[in-house]
This record gives sequence, C-alpha cells and structure tokens, in this order.
Amino acid sequence: MSAREQRRIAAEARAGWLLSLPALLLLAVAASGPLLIMLVYSFLEPGQYGNVEWRFSWDGWFGTLFSRDIFDGTVQLADAHLTILWRSVKLALQTTLFTFVVGFPTAWFIATRPPRARAMWLFLITIPFWTNLLIRTVAINEIIRTEGLINKVLLGIGLRTTPLDMLYSDFAVFVGMTYVYLPLMVLPLFAAIDRFDMRLLEAGYDLYASRWKVLRRVILPIVRPGIVAGSILVFVPALGAYVTPRILGGGKNMMIGNFIELQFGQGRNWPLGAALSVILLVIVMAALLIYVRAANRGTSSHG
Amino acid sequence: MSKIAVEARNAVKAFGQGEHAVRALDDVSITIHQGEFFTLLGPSGCGKTTLLRLIAGFETPTSGTILLDGADITDLPPNKRPVNTVFQSYALFPHLTVAQNIAFGLEMLSRPRAEVAERVGRMLALVKLEALAERKTSQLSGGQQQRVALARALAPQPKVLLLDEPLSALDLQLRKEMQVELKRLQVETGITFVFVTHDQEEALTMSDRIGVMSAGKLQQVGAPRDIYTRPLNRFVASFIGETNFMAGQTVPGGVRLGCGATVDVVGTRPGAVTLTVRPEQVRIEPAGAGGIPAVLTSLVYFGTDTHCHLALSDGAEVVARVQNPTGGDVGLVQGQAVSLRFAPGAAQVLED
Repeated sequence: MSAREQRRIAAEARAGWLLSLPALLLLAVAASGPLLIMLVYSFLEPGQYGNVEWRFSWDGWFGTLFSRDIFDGTVQLADAHLTILWRSVKLALQTTLFTFVVGFPTAWFIATRPPRARAMWLFLITIPFWTNLLIRTVAINEIIRTEGLINKVLLGIGLRTTPLDMLYSDFAVFVGMTYVYLPLMVLPLFAAIDRFDMRLLEAGYDLYASRWKVLRRVILPIVRPGIVAGSILVFVPALGAYVTPRILGGGKNMMIGNFIELQFGQGRNWPLGAALSVILLVIVMAALLIYVRAANRGTSSHG
Repeated sequence: MSKIAVEARNAVKAFGQGEHAVRALDDVSITIHQGEFFTLLGPSGCGKTTLLRLIAGFETPTSGTILLDGADITDLPPNKRPVNTVFQSYALFPHLTVAQNIAFGLEMLSRPRAEVAERVGRMLALVKLEALAERKTSQLSGGQQQRVALARALAPQPKVLLLDEPLSALDLQLRKEMQVELKRLQVETGITFVFVTHDQEEALTMSDRIGVMSAGKLQQVGAPRDIYTRPLNRFVASFIGETNFMAGQTVPGGVRLGCGATVDVVGTRPGAVTLTVRPEQVRIEPAGAGGIPAVLTSLVYFGTDTHCHLALSDGAEVVARVQNPTGGDVGLVQGQAVSLRFAPGAAQVLED
C-alpha cells in the first residue's frame, strides 16, 4: 500500500469521526450528563422543599426497598415500592407479549400483500404517530370509562344492567399500552417477514412439517431478529411508561415512571427518585443484554 | 420396473376464473414406473412444473386424479405425501447447518435420534459433503447447495423424488458433473426420479423415459432414443434436436415430395403429410447417383461437422450434417449440384 493511499484512508477515517461528532456531542451532553447527575443525586440528602442537600447519604437507596417508621424508627420492607416495581415489569412483559401475538399476524398479512397494497397498509399502521400520545391515551380513556363508549353500547343493547368498571385498573393500562406500542412491534416484524423467503414454506411442508411445525421450526427462527427488535422497542418504553398509567391507571395503579415523578413532585424526595431511576435503568440494560444475546444467536445462524 | 409409482389421470389445472382461466395443464394422463428416471421436458410455460407441483401437493388439480403406488393422493397435503422435492432455488433453511437441513425431514417424521444421525451421515457421504456438515448453507457454493438440497430430499427415503429444474442455476461445467451425479444417485438409491427440465440434452442423457410437454398437453412419452428418432409430431421433432421438415403426398410405396421424388417413410397417413429427417441422416452423393437432385446453397463449418444447406428442384430447403474428415474438409463447394439420399428408416411421417 502506498503512502498516499494510507494518507487517504486515514483522512477518510477522520472525516467519518468529524461527521459523527455532532451526534456524539449531543449524546454526551444530553444523555450521559443527566445520568451522571442522577447517579450523584441518589447519594445526597433530600432538601426540605425538593432539590438536594449536598451531604452524602445512603437514604435514597435505602428508601427504594425499605421504609422507616416515623414514630418508633423500626425498619420495614417497603411493600408498596415492590408492588409498583413488579406491576411495571409485569405490565411491560404482558404488553410485549400481547403486541407480539397481535402484531405477528398483522405483519405477516402486510408482508404478503402485493407491493402497492403493502405501502397502503404500512401507511395506515403509522397513522397513530400523527397525533400526540396524550390525546390518543385520553381517547382510550373516553372509550373504556364508566360512562364511555363501550359501556353505553353494552347498556344500550341490554347486554349488561350495570356498567363495567374498566378504567383505573391494570387492565386499562395494559389495553392503553398495547394500543400505543403495537406499531413499534409491527414495523420491525414486517421488515423481518418481508425478507423471509416464502419458498421455504413449501420446503417445510414438503419435508413433512405441519403448519404449526413450519411456524415454529422455520418461520420464527428466521424472523427472530425482527422479533427481538420489536420486543426491545416495546418493552423498554413500556417499562418506563408515564402518560398511559397516569391517565388510565389512576393514582392507585402507578407504574415506576409515575412513582419516580411523584418523588420529584409531591414526595419531595429527589434522592429516592434518582435511585429509583437508576434501578429502572439497570433493569432496562439487563433486559437489553438478554435480548441482544438472543439476537446474536439468531443472526449468527444466518452466517 | 413395471410397477407404477406415480400416475396422473386426466389431470387439469386451470389458473384464474371464468373467461380468463388459463389451463396450465390440459387433461394430462401419465404413468411413471417404480425406479424410473422420468423427465418432463418442454419449454417454459408448458405445464411441466405445474404437473410436478400437483404430484408434490403444492397445487390441487381442477379436475382429475393423482395416484401414488395406486392410492389416490389428490387431496393429501404435501406433508402427508411420501414425496420430496428438490427446488429450483434449493430453498435451503438459512438458520440451519448442512446436517440440520438434511435431518429436517426425518425429525418432522419423529424418527429416533440415533436413526436420524445415522441417516444424515449416510446422506452426507452419498453427496460427498461430510467435511461441510457443520457449515451454514449460506457459506456453500451453488454446487454444494445443490448437493445439500438433494441429500435433504433423499434423507426421508421418499417413494418419489421430484426435481424442479435443479441444474438450471449452475454453470455449464458443474451442470455436466451434476448430470452424472444425479444419475448415479438415482441408480444407487433406486428411488423414482421425476425430473423437470427445458434442456433437451439433460433430458436425453439422464432419462429412462421422457415426457415431452407443450401448451399444457403431453405430446409424446418414450425412451430418449424413441423421442429423438421417432418424433410423433412437429413440436417434438423441432424441440428436440435439429431437423428438416418436408411437405409431401402419400402415394403407393412412400411419399412423393414437392420436387417429384418418392421416398421410403416410416409411418403412414393418407393425403398431404409432413416428413421429418434429421440432418445427420441426409447423405450427400455425387450428382446423378440416383437420389434426389439438389444444389448446395451454403456450407457452414461447425468443428466436428459441416452443415450443408441444399435446395431441391422445387425450392424446398434441406440441411445435411456431414462429419468432417480428419484434417480435411468435406470436399464440397457452394453451388455444386449433388444428389441426396435419406438413410433407411430416417424419414418419418408426422401426425400433424
């Protein structure tokens, strides 16, 4: 390799770095900076009217799992915190699973349409992104609340004499999140199924596989990268969801996002909120690691 | 040899509906014997792949019956038919290794693990891919993928192996090798092969019998030699090899050509007929030797032989193929007057 060529390659590498510099700077300042502040705040004392006192304390971290009785100072496990954490993980997992169960047939349907119809269906899938999340969630609220659309219909046609209580429950949050995150599952699944060679279906049937076996042994392993991508895109924001549980879950069906917000608001316990945020981050990172490992197994078998 | 493996009875397959319906397969009846290498030969769109897909079960016939070992399988789905396919695109599973691909059919049949391993090993040996057992199929060359596809389809020991133009994606050299290889596999396994191709040379070199198809119909079925030397109609005669067509009139003792000469023929039909004679069966003799008088209009050198274009007295054109002698030419010149004779039994009367 000539010296000139080496210089050219080095220059190209520099140009690549320069081009990505704005994005890298933005990430460093806007993502890493706040995270660092969060980590530091979780080790400080809460201020009386919010904010923090610059004194080192474990109280924030202590408070994530335990509570101290105000009067006698005895230490107890903070059941409420664990309930909220568990509810968050459970609802996020349920949402991921259900969006997959509903999204897979949808993505399959779209991917097997003729090209023109496919573009139309994809366009329809993206329509919900046009409106604000808040408005969409309020719309769901309007449909399922006690005086809402569903109950009016049920009462109107006489299927029920008393309205169904659906709002302000885990179920309501689950319905809302499934609706909100469904497109995020469908789109990566569609991309994976679109690349799937449909001729492999005939090869599977020809080799004595039933429809179910073809799905399990041929289709699902091959589209796994799409399943993993869709699951990440749904699970991660679902776990930290704030607007949906706030509007559909009410005060008693909080998810961890709402609980964190509470600490920075009425709770006036910023260190606890910061510690909870770090815990959420760790859960998400652990989930991502598991997913990415699964994805690698999937892609390595593509060679 | 005489037991029937596959039979199609009056199979019709129409695509589309009503007036726009296209009959891809138009009342085809065929019997394929056990242990036979049977080739369906025809141009693209002739219905040969449709017939193959009917036997595999990927399509159901609009009417008619498909039988396997005498049993009606018309309504059985592909996964219930003891028939396997080698696809034109190979359709290997990209997420599985070579060995896993070969094991797939056996696993779907819930064969014991030990039996699967043993059979996969034997299949790998059969197609000479032992060294690549753990490779992903995407890391293989076209020829190797072809062998995996063959091994995968042969592993469950199907009663019939269907091959849908499996060699068309390979380059010429590899194609020649695989032709020999396929024939060897068929003899070694004793499985009935139904092979689809548009390549007449492939069909002639490998098959026990050939079914020539055109426009959704079976034109002729027979051994390669019969198909080549005794074509039934104009389509078969022209699709396989090169040939001369001549118009004539049936007279006592043969057929009188347009130029007035009468020739001995095989087969008889009354009235106006079409004759076919292969170019290599046309002999060129010195003028006045007693044959059909003709004039050499052009000579084309082809290496092993020379194509001599000849005009008869009524203007009809005949091509003769003359083998080139070692180091010399055929000793003919353009414009020369000659005499033609057809080899005994070479002139065949066609059905249409």
